[in-house]
This record gives sequence, C-alpha cells and structure tokens, in this order.
Amino acid sequence: MAVDVAPQEAAPSIRKVRLTLAMRSLRENWSLFLGTRIGVIGLVIIIFYLVLALAHPILMNTVWEERVYDPVVGYAFDETRQPAPPSWNHLLGTDPLGRDVLSQLMHSARTEFLLGLLAAVVTVTIGTTVGAVAAYYGGIIDTILMRFADLMVMMPGISILIVLSALIGVEHFELALIIGILSGFGGASILLKSQALSVVVKPYIEAARAAGGGPLHIIFIHIVPNLLPLSFLYMMFTVTGAIFSEAILSFLGLLDVRMSWGLMIHTTEAAGYLLQVGAYWWLIFPASLSITLLCTSFYLVGRAMDEIVNPRLRRL
Amino acid sequence: MARYLISRTLQILLTLFAFICIVYFIVNAQPGDISNVYAMNPELPPDARERLQNQFGLNEPLWKQFLVYVRNVFTGSFGVSFSFYPRTVADVIAERLPRTVALFFTATVFSFYLGFLLGKIIAWRRGGWTEYATTIGGVTLYTVFTPWFALMMIWLFAFKAGWFPIGKFLDPVLWRDAPIEANTLFGRMMLTALALSIVVFVVFVITTRLRIAGARLIQLGSIVASVAVMLGAWRLTGHGHLAWDIVKHMVLPVLTLTLISFAGTMLLTRNSMLETMREDFVLAARAKGLPEKAVRDKHVARNALLPVVTSLVFSLAFAVDGGVIIESVFSWPGMGQTLVSAAVAEDLPLAVGAFVFVGIFVLLAHLAVDVIYVFLDPRIRY
Repeated sequence: MAVDVAPQEAAPSIRKVRLTLAMRSLRENWSLFLGTRIGVIGLVIIIFYLVLALAHPILMNTVWEERVYDPVVGYAFDETRQPAPPSWNHLLGTDPLGRDVLSQLMHSARTEFLLGLLAAVVTVTIGTTVGAVAAYYGGIIDTILMRFADLMVMMPGISILIVLSALIGVEHFELALIIGILSGFGGASILLKSQALSVVVKPYIEAARAAGGGPLHIIFIHIVPNLLPLSFLYMMFTVTGAIFSEAILSFLGLLDVRMSWGLMIHTTEAAGYLLQVGAYWWLIFPASLSITLLCTSFYLVGRAMDEIVNPRLRRL
Repeated sequence: MARYLISRTLQILLTLFAFICIVYFIVNAQPGDISNVYAMNPELPPDARERLQNQFGLNEPLWKQFLVYVRNVFTGSFGVSFSFYPRTVADVIAERLPRTVALFFTATVFSFYLGFLLGKIIAWRRGGWTEYATTIGGVTLYTVFTPWFALMMIWLFAFKAGWFPIGKFLDPVLWRDAPIEANTLFGRMMLTALALSIVVFVVFVITTRLRIAGARLIQLGSIVASVAVMLGAWRLTGHGHLAWDIVKHMVLPVLTLTLISFAGTMLLTRNSMLETMREDFVLAARAKGLPEKAVRDKHVARNALLPVVTSLVFSLAFAVDGGVIIESVFSWPGMGQTLVSAAVAEDLPLAVGAFVFVGIFVLLAHLAVDVIYVFLDPRIRY
C-alpha cells in the first residue's frame, strides 16, 4: 500500500498540475477583468440577453399560447387594432402584423447568439490555423497566406455582403460562414500570425523540435494553445461584426430569414411607421436598442480582455 | 526607396489582378443576367432578348467574358453600365465618386480630430469616471445600429426641429431654374475646399516649424481670413445660395458619420498612448519638470501618432467605398448607393467596376501609408 501511494504524493499527476495552474491563472485574469469595469458592464448585458434567449422556449411551452405568441405566425386576437400599444398581455405591444414584439425580441436573441458564436468560431479556427502555419513555415507559404489575407482585408465587408445577399439567397447559417471565412482569412490571420511569430522563436519550440516533434504536433500542441487568449479576444469583436452585419442585411430585406431584430425594423419600415418615433416607439426602440446593446456589450468585453491579454496595456 | 517602390508597385498590380478575379467571379456567380429583367415583359420577344445577350457578350462562357473584362480594365475601360445605358461605368462612377469622397473625407477628418483629442484625454485620466463614461458612450455610438441612429438624427434634427433638409443631395425646387449644373458647381466647391485646406495646412506647417511667437494667433487669423475670402468669392459668383443648399444637405450625414466613427480613433489613440507612456523618455520629460500638458501633447501624443495615421489613411481609402447604409438612409447619391442599386438591378459591370475602384484606392492607400511612415518615423528605412 505505502509503495503505491508514495510516488503519487511525491509527483502529482501532470493533469493535476495543469488544472491547478489553469485555475490559478483563471482566477487572476478574472480579478483583472473585474477591475476593468467596462468588461463587467458588457458581461451583465450579455447575460441579460442570454436569459431572454433561454427564457423564450420555456415561456412558449408554459405561459404563452402558441397561436398568439408565435414570433413568426402568431396573431394577437385579443387586440382590436394592430399595431397595438403595450398592455399586460403584450408587454411590448404588437407589430403591424399582429405579432407579439417581446416574443419576437426573445426569439431573435437566440438566433443572434448562435450566429455570432458560429461566425466567431469559424473566424478563429481559420485565423489561428493560418496564423500558426504561416509563422511556423515562413517563406513562400507565409507570403501566399499573408498576401491572401491582404486581399481579404481589402474587401469592403458590408458592401460585399450586400451584393452577395442581393444576388444569391443567404440565410443565417450561410451568412455566419461567409463572415467567418472573410474575417478568418483576413484580419484574424494577420493579427494571430504576428502573435505566433513571437511564439515560434521561444526555446520550448526549439526543444520540441529537438525532441522529434513533427510540424503538426508543434503547431497544434505548442503554438496554437499560446494563441488562444488572443483568438478568444478576437472572437468578441467578430461577434459584434456578425450581429451588426446580420442586422443591416435583414434591415435592408436582403436575407432569407424568418425573424431577427433587423427584420423587425424592416417590417416597421415596410408598414410605414419608421418616422413615427413618438407614437409607435415599441416598433422601433426594442429591436434597435437590442442590436446596439448586444454589439456594444461584446465590444466592451473584447476591450476589457484586450487589457488583460496585452501586457503593455496593464497599469504601471 | 526607389527599389522598394518598384517592387511594391509590381505587388500591387498582382494583388489588383487577384482582387478583380475574386470580385468578378463572386458577382457573376449568381444565376441570370441583365436580360432577366426583361423576361417578364410580354412586349419583348425572345429573339430581342437573345440579341441583347449577344450584344453584351453574355452568351459567351464566363471565363471568356472574364478575360475580355481584365483586358479592358488594364487598358482603362470598365465597360458600359446596363441600368444607365448608354453611359459607361467610368462615367457613372466619375459622377458619384466626388459626392461620396466629399461626404466621407470631411466626416473622417472630423472624427479623427475628435477621436484623437478625446483619446489623449482618456489615456491620461486612466481609471477615472471620465474614462469609463467616454469609453462606454463612444463604444455605444461606434457599435450603434447605424440605420436606426441615422434615422433618429433625421427625426430629431430634420423632422422635429426642421434645421436641416431630410436626406438627398440638393433641393430640386431650388435648382429647377439654376443656371449651372450641380456636378460642375460641386466640382468647384471641392476645389475651393481643397485650396482652403492647403492654405491652412501650409500656414500650420510654417508656424510650427519656425516656432514663431504667437503661432496660435496667426493660425486662427489665417483660418478666419481664408474662410472670409472663400465666402466672398462664392458670393461674387452668384451661385452662393446653390452651393449653400448642397452644404446644408451635407451637415446631417457628416455629423452622423462623425459621431458613429470617432470612438475607433479614440480607443486606438488611447491604447497607443498607454503603450508610449511606459517609455523612458516620458519619465525623463516628467523628471525635468515639464508641465503635464506638454508631456502629454508634445512627447506622448506625437509618438503615439503612428498607428492613428495608418488608420486614418485606410479610412480615407475606404471612404471611397462609401457607407452603404448612411448613403441609403440619407438618400445620398454616392458610391454605396450606386453599388446597392447596381446589385439589385443586376447591373453587374457597374457593381464590379465600383468594387475595382475601391480596390485600387485601398491599394494606393497601402502604398501611401508605407511612404508616410518614412516621414513620420525616421527610424523606418526601406
């Protein structure tokens, strides 16, 4: 028995050490994050919308009757005039087609989160891989990938998306992929490559190579983990960009989507209530403010993380 | 330097070719062509439609069309626009480009000035409530849902207060019997603005270089004097009220654009300032007893300028692209609106042409940034 236990006490398993270290750095970064304040404000807004998004299916299954509160095909039979002002049954009123605005708002929050997340994951996956590969190999591979990145950065983003969605039908999923690919091969890979360059020259990369590690092993086990903080930061800005682009495109009526915040304003505009700000505020403000707040909150969280990831911005 | 410029020019040509490739195939990947617009028209017989396709070479395979297009672009021809037929794409762009440039250059310059000013202050007052309030306010404006914000501005300043006109480039009623064309007049206005900014710039450079006492007074005086001369000259031409009409239409979009974009510069300046503030020369400047304001403006801000200038040049280049959204909301007939209407009307030559134009400007800006670097930072050599 004693023989079994002794070596474990002497050398705790590598996993345990890693876990302890990870927890410690997480705690340190968390307290730094709390110190930035703007990050906390952003996080609170994000959590608020997350709660809204998660509450929607629950409400639909319990309190809200489906034929009245469905965000796309519902109709408020209890109101005589549409759009109806806010009441106890419809906290944010109804839209020109008699659908509950609050239900639409909550339903769309989920789509926006999914869209932002998918676009961000695609961006960062591509950006990290391209950045690490370009920095590791250098030479001709680096040149080709970086010139391609320059090309992608040159693309006028919103205009390209507008032209694309005007010419071919685009839905949320495709939109997320397009945004992910454009920014992944573009800005993300340039930023992450410059970070990867400082990783590649570290002694442990040399050591890994001397120990016989192959290129794939070195790139994905040694370089990529060191890029993760920066890529996580970049994800926040991608989410802002993705939600913003979606809102713009569906506001212009160019996306094939059934419901989103941008589309809610598009409906308002199509019905001619857009400049009647005072009289029909519930048709304009909830959706526009939601887009603005969610974009702002992700941006603020990104800024706060920037202060943590970039040591040159730390307080003296 | 010369060798560097030559190799960069070659790279630019190569990148431009790749850019045209991508844009051309993206835009042309959609089904149908301009003749589809007439497909539902019962008065157009099928053979007329075929003739239309033949005339524009649309029945050829796409790669052949592409080769013809590339040859034309490099010889300086962008083809004819389908929706503005028989005007050429270059002609349409030549009309729209100055309008966009005027609007967005003005707004970009304003927003960079404001952003740099605020960025300096919030970097210096790090951690205070000034910083949090300014950052949150700025970021909110920066990520605001642009169409909504622009509409609110229109609603507030044009609809309710009635200070400015609601959208559009000019007031058609006023221009009905105008003795001069709007484009000609607008060209002259742009020339005036250019001359004005050159004069002010030269005065600023001379007064700062020569370290003349009372430089502020001379600068202010020169601005007032040149503006007065300009206004007087416009008065004499007799088209002053027409020019004033265009200026009035520009105020609201410029204001909106400035408000939604200054935070980018502000945050960039702040970060750049914070990084520069760690340098030893800042400590030295403080140690020798310089006032805080001098350290901030003369030592830190000057050195923190480099990334801001890069960003400014790129913003100016992308100004050519035009804010599609701002232009649509304010009905400003510029590049952005041209692009959208071209895409919706399947006017592919115009859409591709507009993109290629933007691409050329961005590439040139890239080059300009590299050249400007040498002047701003003597440590950089090519």
